[in-house]
Amino acid sequence: MQIKYFASIRERVGRNDETRELPRSITTVADLLDHLSAEDESYAIAFADRETLRAALDQEHVELDAPLGAAREIALFPPMTGG
Amino acid sequence: MTQQILPVTPVVRVQLEDFDAAAEARILSDGRTDVGALVSFVGLCRDEAGRLDALELEHYPGMAEAELRRLAGEALERWPLTGLTVVHRHGKIRPGEQIVLVVAASSHRRAAFEASDFLMDFLKTKAPFWKKEHLKDGADGSWVNARSVDQKDADRWVEQ
Repeated sequence: MQIKYFASIRERVGRNDETRELPRSITTVADLLDHLSAEDESYAIAFADRETLRAALDQEHVELDAPLGAAREIALFPPMTGG
Repeated sequence: MTQQILPVTPVVRVQLEDFDAAAEARILSDGRTDVGALVSFVGLCRDEAGRLDALELEHYPGMAEAELRRLAGEALERWPLTGLTVVHRHGKIRPGEQIVLVVAASSHRRAAFEASDFLMDFLKTKAPFWKKEHLKDGADGSWVNARSVDQKDADRWVEQ
């Protein structure tokens, strides 16, 4: 799965994107956040405040408890400030 | 009174370059006689009382266009529009420069006013763009925080 990061989340994680094979036990967005957070402190810090974390699966907004399903791309970012 | 309403395809663009708001509006009215109302909204970069050197707009390529198209589609379902254009810029934007354009055309004014208002409210809370401020004193830029009032503005349309 391709993981993309934007804005302040991108800066905290320290990369724009990465591609990973995920263990079968990871079935939701929140599972993925926990998995990455356990791996490295930069993820743990970036994903610490779940209230201000947003996610999209294959370029559509989803809640953090959404199943990953067959999505090929996930994006993680802060609340949007366009316009 | 039966009037055939043809399906409207919205114009949606995400671009680095500036846009010509008047020209974009003219495209929605040129050569037709059924348009009675044309509302254009242009969002500009403020200088924040002289402190701001530039805004840097980051976006999610692909999703930014897709989300704007989804929101434009919702507006077209909700109001009888004859045309709809949404242009959003990314990259570095200086005070006084244009950031976003929404043009809504309709036979009557209420639909054009409401559709453009609706689009701006949802664009701010759902379109994947993020603003970073670069200040004149050279301080490293900080990300603009989402404002709860923007979410409240968007919620108005759900409660109706």
